[in-house]
Amino acid sequence: MTTSTVTAPPSAALAKAAAPDPARARLRRRLARWGFVAPAVVFMLLFFGYPLVRNVVMSFQHYTPKTFFTGEAPFNGADNWSSVFQDALFGKALRHTLVFTAGSLLGQFGIGLALAVFFNRRFPLGGVLRSLILLPWLVPMVVSGVVWRRILDQDTGVLNTFLDTLGLGGHTPWLTSPGMALFSVILVNVWIGIPFNMVILYGGLQEIPRELYEAASLDGASAWRSFRSVTLPMLKPVITVVLVLGFMSTVKILDLILALTDGGPADATQTLGTLTYQNSFVELDFGAGAVVGNVLILISAVFAVFYLRANRTEGK
Amino acid sequence: MAVHAPTAPRRRWGSTVAGLLVLAVMLFPLYWMLNTALQPASGLLQVGPVPSGIDLSGFTKALTDQGGNLLTSLLVSVGAVAVCLAIAAPAAYGLARFGLRGSRTIVFGTLITQMVPGIVIANALYSSYVDLGLVNSYAGLMLADASLGIPFSIVLMRSFMVSIPGEVIEAAEIDGAGPVRVFLRVVLPMSRNALITSGLFAFLFAWSDFMFALTLNTTDDVKPVTLGIYQYIGAHVGDWGSVMAAAVLSAVPAAVLLVLAQKYIAAGITGGSVK
Repeated sequence: MTTSTVTAPPSAALAKAAAPDPARARLRRRLARWGFVAPAVVFMLLFFGYPLVRNVVMSFQHYTPKTFFTGEAPFNGADNWSSVFQDALFGKALRHTLVFTAGSLLGQFGIGLALAVFFNRRFPLGGVLRSLILLPWLVPMVVSGVVWRRILDQDTGVLNTFLDTLGLGGHTPWLTSPGMALFSVILVNVWIGIPFNMVILYGGLQEIPRELYEAASLDGASAWRSFRSVTLPMLKPVITVVLVLGFMSTVKILDLILALTDGGPADATQTLGTLTYQNSFVELDFGAGAVVGNVLILISAVFAVFYLRANRTEGK
Repeated sequence: MAVHAPTAPRRRWGSTVAGLLVLAVMLFPLYWMLNTALQPASGLLQVGPVPSGIDLSGFTKALTDQGGNLLTSLLVSVGAVAVCLAIAAPAAYGLARFGLRGSRTIVFGTLITQMVPGIVIANALYSSYVDLGLVNSYAGLMLADASLGIPFSIVLMRSFMVSIPGEVIEAAEIDGAGPVRVFLRVVLPMSRNALITSGLFAFLFAWSDFMFALTLNTTDDVKPVTLGIYQYIGAHVGDWGSVMAAAVLSAVPAAVLLVLAQKYIAAGITGGSVK
């Protein structure tokens, strides 16, 4: 569609100008340039901007299962907000979300960093092994969830069978007891997130000049000392990126929990993500779903502001 | 074996052994998926650590039940990649080259989109999709899945296109090529690697999508394999062999891409998120 504006000038302009009108030519060039960017801007406004606004509006509307036949969703003030906040499940889901996010990030980042440091040493087959570790991250998350659901099965799952062989009990109700389920879900999410953390942190480690380590060892620094005084400070920007991206993708989790536990048992793994889904798409109360979704966005936004501010002070 | 072997190489092979152990732990769940898929008869019973014989009946059943869903996944993912690249590549070039007013805001916007939870998008999109008749349609799911790859692709390709030397583009302009022609004939061929990387990731994002498939479909008309497997575990908990066979089939694209396009994938993860 931009082609026509560029190659075929409007005939009116042709007729008028023996000498081309420079203002008009400039305008045409600017329009052509915007033509490159406009589709993406429109798309992002429709698929990201509009839902943000629409969710705020929806959270003040009364949706029922009949709404999508009648098209009627009357405004009902702050009713959705007060009923969601008074529901004990919301508090639970909020708590689970925070525990899940903190636990996942701690595990993914800690193990990911350890592996990145490990693979940063050169050894035979290191490159091949490093890229094969990516596989768990590339498999669809809901599929990983289903596989783990089988592995963690209380009676016939391989994890309990293995623990039983070692004489370590082996009857743990990983996913079926309300006390264990959230821990197990975090465990699986740590497994999923390790490759991503490892690859990015490894990339960061590769950028650190080797001379710094040589200088440190000339000064007699131990391995631990040079990790603390060279690696960590040099890696700090990459660490921030990994943690922020990890936070954004973990706090909104839905696929994995649905595949592992469906939010159960007894709502023990219900998070803000699954609660939004349940409100809107199971109970068809889109107003309540929008409320929980807005809280989710708010949490992300607060975090993003902290992140941007931290970045800015660092840039100075 | 050699007594006087120098210590350094031996230590290095020690790292290889440790690396293999790490890999074994990380890949065990995927091995177990394959192992269970090959022993469908074991059903509810405990599965042996290695298949005693190769029994493909789980795969036959999975193909019968999920073959159509795999095709749906393929069709939707390819469509999503096409939409994603058609929208993201020109935008990345425009943002990298033209110095448009508002460029920085747009780049910032693409980063902010990563913050918007998918379920929030689905929540609002659903009612619009109902109004537009896009629920239970291929086009609707393709567009939604394309949204998973577009911001990432813009960021990745822009950071690549910024580094294309200006002289190359100016030379083409002096030869009388307009911006569209320069883009198609000069910029795109030079950005081949960035295009491949973006396309791969857009494919993986769309192929892995579960949430849009779950929320934007109310019938079985458009059912990708992720949704198929999720519904499978509800109905067939006794039949883990065929569930796992379906899981193996749905993981094949990831494995193939990892083997064929390894360097692009590592580059994409780092490039798309750090730069």
